[in-house]
Amino acid sequence: MKTCGFKYHRPESVAAAVALLGALAPQGGRILAGGQSLVPMMAYRMAQPGHLIDINRVAGLAGVSAGAGVLRIGAAARHAALARPVCGGALGAMLPHIAGHIGHAPIRNRGTFGGSLANADPASEWCTLLATLDGGVEVLGPAGERRIAAAAFFNGVMATALRDDELLMAAHLPVLQGYNWGFYEVNRRAGDYAMAMCLVAYRRVDGVMTDVHLGIGGAEAFPRRLAEAEFALNGQPVGAEIFARAADAAAAGLDPMTDHNMSADFRRHLVRTAVARALAGSVA
Amino acid sequence: MKRWTGRPITRFEDNMLLRGAGRFTADLPSPKYMRFVRSPIAAGKIESCVAPEGVVMITAADLEGVGAIAPMIRKFGYVPIEQTVLARDVVRYTGEPVAAVIADSEEEAEDFADSVMLDFRPGDAVVTAAESLLARAPFIHPGMDSNVVVRTAMTTPGHQAAMAGAAHLVRAKIRSRRQSALPMETRAGHAAFDVETGRTTLTCTAQMPHLVRTAIAGLLGMDEADLRVIAPDVGGGFGQKMSLAAEYVVLVWAARKLRTTIAWVEDRRENLMASFHSRDIEIAVTGAFDADGRFLALSGDVTANVGAYAPYPNTAAVEPLMSFTELPGPYDVKEYSCAARGVITNTCVSAPYRGVARPAITLAMERLMDKAAVVIGLEPAEIRRRNLVQKFPHTTPAGLVYDDASYTETMAAALRAADVPGFRARQRDALAAGRYLGLGMSTFCERTGYGSAAFAARGMDIQPGWENVDMRMDASGKVTARIGASPHGQGLRTTLAQIIADTLGITPAEVTVIHGDTDDTPYGWGTFASRSLVISGGASLIAARKIRAKLIDDAAEMLEAAAADIELGDGFARVAGTDRAVAIAAIAGAKNGFADEGFYDPLGTFSNATHIAIVEVDVGTCKVKVEKFVVAEDAGRLINPMIVDGQIHGGVAQGIANALLEEIVYDETGNILTISLADFLAPTAHEIPPIEVLHRETISAATITGAKGIGEGGTIGAPAAVLNAINDALRPLGVEIDEMPATPARIFAALQAAR
Amino acid sequence: MILDVNGHAYEVEVEPRRTLADALRKDCGLTGTHVGCEHGVCGACTVIVDGEAIRGCLMFAVQAEGAKIRTVEGLAGETLHVMQQEFERHHGLQCGFCTPGFLLLAEAALEQAPELNDAQLLDVLAANLCRCTGYQNIIKAVSAAARRMKEG
Repeated sequence: MKTCGFKYHRPESVAAAVALLGALAPQGGRILAGGQSLVPMMAYRMAQPGHLIDINRVAGLAGVSAGAGVLRIGAAARHAALARPVCGGALGAMLPHIAGHIGHAPIRNRGTFGGSLANADPASEWCTLLATLDGGVEVLGPAGERRIAAAAFFNGVMATALRDDELLMAAHLPVLQGYNWGFYEVNRRAGDYAMAMCLVAYRRVDGVMTDVHLGIGGAEAFPRRLAEAEFALNGQPVGAEIFARAADAAAAGLDPMTDHNMSADFRRHLVRTAVARALAGSVA
Repeated sequence: MKRWTGRPITRFEDNMLLRGAGRFTADLPSPKYMRFVRSPIAAGKIESCVAPEGVVMITAADLEGVGAIAPMIRKFGYVPIEQTVLARDVVRYTGEPVAAVIADSEEEAEDFADSVMLDFRPGDAVVTAAESLLARAPFIHPGMDSNVVVRTAMTTPGHQAAMAGAAHLVRAKIRSRRQSALPMETRAGHAAFDVETGRTTLTCTAQMPHLVRTAIAGLLGMDEADLRVIAPDVGGGFGQKMSLAAEYVVLVWAARKLRTTIAWVEDRRENLMASFHSRDIEIAVTGAFDADGRFLALSGDVTANVGAYAPYPNTAAVEPLMSFTELPGPYDVKEYSCAARGVITNTCVSAPYRGVARPAITLAMERLMDKAAVVIGLEPAEIRRRNLVQKFPHTTPAGLVYDDASYTETMAAALRAADVPGFRARQRDALAAGRYLGLGMSTFCERTGYGSAAFAARGMDIQPGWENVDMRMDASGKVTARIGASPHGQGLRTTLAQIIADTLGITPAEVTVIHGDTDDTPYGWGTFASRSLVISGGASLIAARKIRAKLIDDAAEMLEAAAADIELGDGFARVAGTDRAVAIAAIAGAKNGFADEGFYDPLGTFSNATHIAIVEVDVGTCKVKVEKFVVAEDAGRLINPMIVDGQIHGGVAQGIANALLEEIVYDETGNILTISLADFLAPTAHEIPPIEVLHRETISAATITGAKGIGEGGTIGAPAAVLNAINDALRPLGVEIDEMPATPARIFAALQAAR
Repeated sequence: MILDVNGHAYEVEVEPRRTLADALRKDCGLTGTHVGCEHGVCGACTVIVDGEAIRGCLMFAVQAEGAKIRTVEGLAGETLHVMQQEFERHHGLQCGFCTPGFLLLAEAALEQAPELNDAQLLDVLAANLCRCTGYQNIIKAVSAAARRMKEG
């Protein structure tokens, strides 16, 4: 399972990378970041890029910095870099927890945050995070820089609003100071892609949940917030019954992905479980 | 006097392997690489196969005079179907080799293979056994009037009456889904033609190098003496590497034709798609029991989906026939009726994988016993206690003879270790808290170390079974033993050295075991079917005893004593009770060494074990976690307990995988869906719990070393123990699961069905 | 291009598409790193690059230019490395094919975090596949090595 031949480029600056991408994208040129998703696809010859633009030595693409309640994660930041706390708030606590679910250490040593977003696997933990917290991405192309909100970024199975000639530069996520959060992932084996996962975060004000963010991943074509489930929680006190209602609402509101191993009913069942357990975890 | 057998000495194999200095087939450099162009469809006719200008390609048309792989058994209505080493006109499974290209590197070979243009006329693919048995199904091989390649049946005279007179009739129907042995090293071959001698050396990942040599020489119409086969370090086999790969035949043909060296390295996608599959079996059993739970009669019906062709040497009959012969297992049931058939489909060839059909038949019998226990109102252990064979030798209805063993004693040991009453209390508390814990057991006996008589009884044209060992002690007292078995992780270099050292009174470090190179070793049958320690060990013992006798005679002469008074040990021959001694090395020096050989062809010996699994089923995720696993086993004398435990651990892990995770899946057009390790799920360290192993050593006269085979026991008993545990856990919900792997999707479906 | 492997400089000429695992095996002649799946799941190809365990089949050799690469061949001196000794003592290998990958996986993890407890070690070891041992003795070996390495 050797990859097809390709021309290899290794720019050292963002400007050089963007210029290369602009010139080569029309010829099938692609960004090589961590390679943990791209190279297996190339090994199966499902991807046959004529050019690879290796951004692992591009200066300034991997920085992680917090300010004004927002965390900026450079696209080339490795999963492993997020396995230790990089900021405060609920985000600071959930990042290492979620990172631990991504593959295994050797994958986390190379795989990048931006690579996961651009690849947009339906079962990507970081995509679920971005969608649930309503984060956004910064992209840079020949036409200049633009920002894309999470809700506009994911639009299909492994499909995003990122144009072929755009380089994903960074992601932005709210720090969520004082929020409760919970995360639960169902998979066949530890480190596998999720069959269903749920991330939830909310503020408790005067004994009730407010500003609930509840997102599911691994169950539909791309991760998203589930309004039905959030509606069942906003303004309510925490408790098993409320949580169960939200889990049911999530399962009912789902547009499930199915395959020979996964019926619609089973996917809904798993989503119900993931939501219930993420919520239980938010008060543990 | 220091004795070596029974001690967990570390292995001689390890130093090189740990340093990364192992010599695996793909490690050999080669100027040329071969890659196979494989059929993308499951059934159809090849219209054309065209390579671009400059690409060296071989198709069936080039292989004039090359024979077809057609192993034979002359019993049970077996139809000798043929497989041409490259598909000729017709393809019969997705991944079947159609052509081979040759290039200067693996990367280039893959580019060339992808550039070959294949045109097909697709036909109707028959994928499941059920489809292939339909009257309207296309017949996959010419000259057959059905897709049934082998069938057999038997009924003992008293069977019908016993069934009719039973107090209880209990049924079980199990489904074993298709497996792949998944050795970590894929198959590979390296064929080097020597222009000076005209000989070809094939280094390859084989479990039976001599048989590979015989087979390839036969198919190519060449002198066997002109072919040397070397099985170097082999990265796991588990049976997948004991059947002849058609690819090796093409490789050797090409190396000879082009008078050069060519290598073939299978990639993992090819390995999943086109290397032998196994265990696609359905078994239905009915047990007739009296009011006390005594097992009076057994009926069985076995259908094995054996794929598109027949594996060499075992033929396509091996799984259904083994099921038929061994179904009753360790139970003393006198009346037996069974019908078994193997059916051809447009899927990859099925060949033995560690345990072969036994994991499936054990699942059938152990599910039956658990269901019977519920119906009759007995504990699972009690119904087994009332029916396990206790008197030996025991002859089964199919004519197998069980030698001395300890079925009830090992079961008792396993139950004690699992603390069943303690578990039941924990299970009750957990249920009250909404959690589902379960305990399941399986008891089985395993046919091991069987020689040529067993293969002859199957009617096989090729009758493996015996082993030779050529042994030499040189003038310095060091011993070499050349064996025909071919280990690939079993530690035979160490265990045989232990046996030989004890017999000759020297240390294992002074014994070198040589295997794998057909130029350097006596003809042998390789390593499979839990045979090597029993048979090569037996032959080693016989050879060593002959040399021992010579050493003793010479020592007696040198020491002016009676031979009966000579002891060998710690490097010396000593007159018992005195300090008169002579160094064994000195005797060897005086006589310029010794040489002798041992030949052993035993009938076979049955080891036995009980497995107990404790699981938790999470009904929210439908996942099963195996919390603990207990094995109580009796494999006779343990030569090296550490190596025995290692074999059991590995087998149990594969058994747990069979029960919960691993499955090769085809869609309805015969397209294989599981072509990556993200689809075909092997267990990691997280999926395998701590495994407690208890040993018992029943010494049987059926094996000259006292050792029975243990290589396959783990895979045979573990799936049934896990499935029984799942059923035990979910009984409060009225769920029964009789299919493996018991995936979360299947458990969910069973939960839905029970509601 | 120079590949710095186990402290030696190997001069190699490779296509960009040649993986690090293949370059080590074919161009540096270091066949101790094994290839088991070529899609990043089995971990048989695990090597250490700049102190971190990575999958050699998912990195192209050209990407490793300038990095410090360690393979299994670099573990032992005249005597086996502690990790190798414990694998031998505890029968942590049978066919030996997955072994180099496990040795380097465990070694890198313990070099970065010598304090790993048994539960954390299990997480580390779940990254690689073994087909022979059922993992029991690999876990024992790595635990023992961790204890010895901590004691210094």
